[in-house]
Amino acid sequence: MSIEARNLFFSYGGADVLKDLSFFAEAGELVAVLGPNGVGKSTFFGCLLGFLHPRTGEVLAEGKPIRGMSPRELASLIAYIPQYAPQTFNYTVLDLVTMGMTNQIPIFSSPKPEHRRRAMEALESLGIAHLADRGSGSISGGERQLALLARALVQDARVLIMDEPTANLDYGNSFRVMQRVQELGARGYTVIFSTHEPNQAFRYATRVLALLDGGVLADGPPDTALTEELLRRLYGVGVAVRSAEVEGESFRLSIPYEKGGKPQ
Amino acid sequence: MMKEREQKGLPRYGRRFLFLGLGFVLVFLGSFLLGRYAVSMSTTLRILSTWLLEKLSFGALRMEGSWTELEAAVVLNIRLPRILCAALVGAALSAAGASYQGMFRNPMVSPDLMGASTGAGFGASLAILLGFSYFGIMVTAFCFGLGAVLLAWLVSRFSRLNATLALVLAGVMISSLFSACTSFVKLVADTQEQLPAITYWLMGSLSSVKGEDTAFAAIPILLGLIPLLLLRWRMNLLTVSEAEARSMGLNTGRLRLAVILCATLVTAASVAVSGMIGWVGLVIPHFCRMLFGYDYRRLVPASVLMGGAFLMLVDDIARVITTSELPLGILTSFVGAPVFLYLIVQGGAEREH
Repeated sequence: MSIEARNLFFSYGGADVLKDLSFFAEAGELVAVLGPNGVGKSTFFGCLLGFLHPRTGEVLAEGKPIRGMSPRELASLIAYIPQYAPQTFNYTVLDLVTMGMTNQIPIFSSPKPEHRRRAMEALESLGIAHLADRGSGSISGGERQLALLARALVQDARVLIMDEPTANLDYGNSFRVMQRVQELGARGYTVIFSTHEPNQAFRYATRVLALLDGGVLADGPPDTALTEELLRRLYGVGVAVRSAEVEGESFRLSIPYEKGGKPQ
Repeated sequence: MMKEREQKGLPRYGRRFLFLGLGFVLVFLGSFLLGRYAVSMSTTLRILSTWLLEKLSFGALRMEGSWTELEAAVVLNIRLPRILCAALVGAALSAAGASYQGMFRNPMVSPDLMGASTGAGFGASLAILLGFSYFGIMVTAFCFGLGAVLLAWLVSRFSRLNATLALVLAGVMISSLFSACTSFVKLVADTQEQLPAITYWLMGSLSSVKGEDTAFAAIPILLGLIPLLLLRWRMNLLTVSEAEARSMGLNTGRLRLAVILCATLVTAASVAVSGMIGWVGLVIPHFCRMLFGYDYRRLVPASVLMGGAFLMLVDDIARVITTSELPLGILTSFVGAPVFLYLIVQGGAEREH
């Protein structure tokens, strides 16, 4: 399913945080959103999810404006996977995933066996069915991210918005989570994720959206869009981009680097 | 694999619910046996079932009993209202506590967080100062309890802070404002009659509860408890962040308002009829989580049953322990605080594993 932002302007009352931001993504695309801290990534996601209303401009899902849609309707189109954060209540993984079906369960009723079965299927499709009865607070950060991913899948939305999916995850868990995210792209989901690591964009994204000062600095496939010059402008540090070959497959890598610069 | 878990998972909780339900019934019936005037279990059961049948048939069915009028009066006019009231208040406070804990994502929250108890306490003190009847005190307390939460909610609406944080802060402030008002009322109250009455009322007791009081409190308590029971699965979603809940299609503002409304209704009614009874709303949901897990689908009904049974039991102790009844608030604290300390130590040990 496609998602589109048209000429978004947004302000929290003062100066504009988003300035004329336009963007379009189709089914199967994996879009990495890059940009320095405070550039408006969260605001942009807020607008895509319908939490924040742009001053002018609009967001369209499958060509229909999301403004004015009910929360339930919106939830069937776009799902949100938050950053890893500790939680107060230790729900089982299965219960956590079942919550994703809120938009399909009438207000005064509870999940039926069929809902639990669907939650199990989602867990199986992500390879974590064995965690169903574990407390979601006592599994690893990577496993919890996958559980949240399963929760987004049962919501039946085809656009997934992920806020730094690998924040606070270790090296191995980051890789495992992102592999699953990549598979979802192949399954036809539209995935939009923010990241602070250009190498993740190179490694997993089919497209990069680089934001600076509330506008789009670059938009395109990572290999052509993420140049040394662009990364330097984005982050204010020197960056070298190189290629490396692993078992015949070519990967691009970015390395922060200042000419003649030495660590202090 | 799915089959296996369902067979293993559901009956486990089912059995616990069965035990809890049985415990509730036993405590309820056992409570009738206590008191200075002895009425046997079989007589009590016969009086109760006859009374119930007459009520259910709207007086069409009349039965002659083999018991004395005094026995019937003791069971129906003194013990039944008080025991029912204890069950209702205990159920109400625990369910409200469980709901608030989820909504504020904090297991240390009790149902008086938003000012319902302190508001009701001030209302009652004021009514005692003005010389209202017992019923008048109850109605005033109820109205002030609702008013305090309404005030906190209105203030939070004007705040630009995050919705839950604004509610907590406004609630705490309104609460302290009302407790200052209560102190002022105590200061100006007549020290011979009114001050002891206020002090005693604030400590919580069910000793002067009559049938009409129970009936008065039962209406708002049931009006609040039933929606909480119906919304119980949805309430799980209040425990995740606002953004997550909204992205899953939940109208968070509306659900939060419904939960506050119901929890306030039951808390204010409880405090109005029984005075301040602490700890129940804090400790009982904790125990229920240990036995029934975190899912509100089980937590709300479990809290209702366990809270009701617990307060009936505590009230039984209050009735028999001394000739001049002990206030409930003191007893629940005596029971609640050590239990809670134990939980803190246990919780710490759990995390170390």
